[in-house]
Amino acid sequence: MAGIGIDVAGLKKKLGPNQALDGTDFSFEGGLLHGLIGPDGAGKTTLLRTLMGLLKPDAGAVRFSRGGAALDFKAIRDGMAYMPQRQSLYADQSVGEHMDFFRDLYGLPEAVYEDRRRELLGITRLEKFVERPAGQLSGGMYKKLGLMCALLQSPNVLLLDEPTNGVDPISRREFWELLYRLAGGSVTIVVSTAYMDEAERCARVHLLDRGRALAEGEPRAVLRKEGVASFDELFLRREEAAP
Amino acid sequence: MSGAWAVEAEGLTVRFGEFTAVDDVSFRVPPGEIFGFLGANGAGKTTTIRVLCGLLLPSSGRARVAGLDVASGLREVKHKVGYMSQRFTLYDDLTVEENLAFAAALRKMPAEDLARRTKELFEVIGFDRPTDQLVRDLPGGFKQELSLAVAMLHGPEIVFLDEPTAGVAPGSRARFWALIRRIAATGKTVFVTTHYMDEAEQCGRIALMRTGKLIALDSPAGLKRSAFPEPLYELQAGADAPADWTQRLKSDPSVIDASPYGLRWHAGARDEAGFRGLLERLGPSVRSRRIQPTLEDVFVRLVEGKDR
Repeated sequence: MAGIGIDVAGLKKKLGPNQALDGTDFSFEGGLLHGLIGPDGAGKTTLLRTLMGLLKPDAGAVRFSRGGAALDFKAIRDGMAYMPQRQSLYADQSVGEHMDFFRDLYGLPEAVYEDRRRELLGITRLEKFVERPAGQLSGGMYKKLGLMCALLQSPNVLLLDEPTNGVDPISRREFWELLYRLAGGSVTIVVSTAYMDEAERCARVHLLDRGRALAEGEPRAVLRKEGVASFDELFLRREEAAP
Repeated sequence: MSGAWAVEAEGLTVRFGEFTAVDDVSFRVPPGEIFGFLGANGAGKTTTIRVLCGLLLPSSGRARVAGLDVASGLREVKHKVGYMSQRFTLYDDLTVEENLAFAAALRKMPAEDLARRTKELFEVIGFDRPTDQLVRDLPGGFKQELSLAVAMLHGPEIVFLDEPTAGVAPGSRARFWALIRRIAATGKTVFVTTHYMDEAEQCGRIALMRTGKLIALDSPAGLKRSAFPEPLYELQAGADAPADWTQRLKSDPSVIDASPYGLRWHAGARDEAGFRGLLERLGPSVRSRRIQPTLEDVFVRLVEGKDR
């Protein structure tokens, strides 16, 4: 089954005095791992929240499709998962209790849940920490728990907002191993990041600057087309050119 | 133990029930040093800092801060140290002024001292915004700088900064580190944790923790030398490279370890002749060049602790 593609056209969103999205156009091909790249304040979080239906755009449209056929947002909403930058987990609830809670929230059948739970604890290597309260997890483990909760329902679309920010280099690599395992199936993943090495590991990158699309495509192709060695260089060039 | 050190830990151990968070850790930090405290999440960094700030008693071992034993003189220790914690620093719904006044009240600081210290600190951090502004409305990096000012209000000799720049934009991070250097230049000791290796690079020395143990302690240059006695290569593959080239790279006997850096891979070579042979077999579309290790390389190698 083909993954769900997302097309964004002329998206505008003003938050207070700030034009967070200023006519954003992007195309997220179904079933791929997409990197959403941009400096602070570029509009990454606003875009993800708009894709998720948490914000209503002032103008423009978000269209979902599968194999060319348009999909209704309401029909796929249950299959979408979003991991915000600051995940609100329950500090006094353990890892296991979080998973039970999300099982109930998603209404998962017990058999499906048991398998899924075992699989997720295995790949996140959190089996030994099932009893530990979320408030006592390290930064990297906390992010993994957030991801597990998002993945319990086997989403078709997974949106992750800077999941590795403030995470050590090893945990960062582990998190990406995890994303690689998830990708490759039919799930469409969009992950925002400020780390340029992570950007390079995505199947497609989408560069966002001041609410507008700067470039998008396969990482090597984007670098070649823009004539730069790294995405950092591309943003730096933009910064220097800015008035 | 002598009193000439800013921070001394000797066989420091902290247990929570069955779990040993800090395991027999010893180190010394001279006054005025920027001391980087690195490790994976959960390695025991924050627990160590809490002991050194007098917030937690060690299960065994000793720690002295500014010459004071943390186990015997908690009140005095708290005068000597400033602590910018990872989770909480400022009240968002109080103004800049109110946050400072609150911190001063906790320290029972007289009003004229508060005014004088605030002026001094604002000059150091270059803070020139209205002080009746809510902290919530401060732009990104200013919050961190103000947090540091609050942590230093009582004039401590040593400041402990626990991931002060987590989630901060690159430009603000650079400004914060310029501030750290200015503070250290005045003779204060800065004890700082970070996950950003470009920041670690700016430390005088770095202590590296893994699962509660101190596994390395040296200058950035020294760590690179000792962690990478053998040459390190950066590899990049063109479109027609063998599909399994990274597998072959990782499993080749001439390769010590290999890990991804974006589109590229870094590989340590055990023997150069063998490595050249591997490159020939992989073909011309896998390009390689010798590079100097970064601290990220050091971190990945030492913390992952592959047997060599």
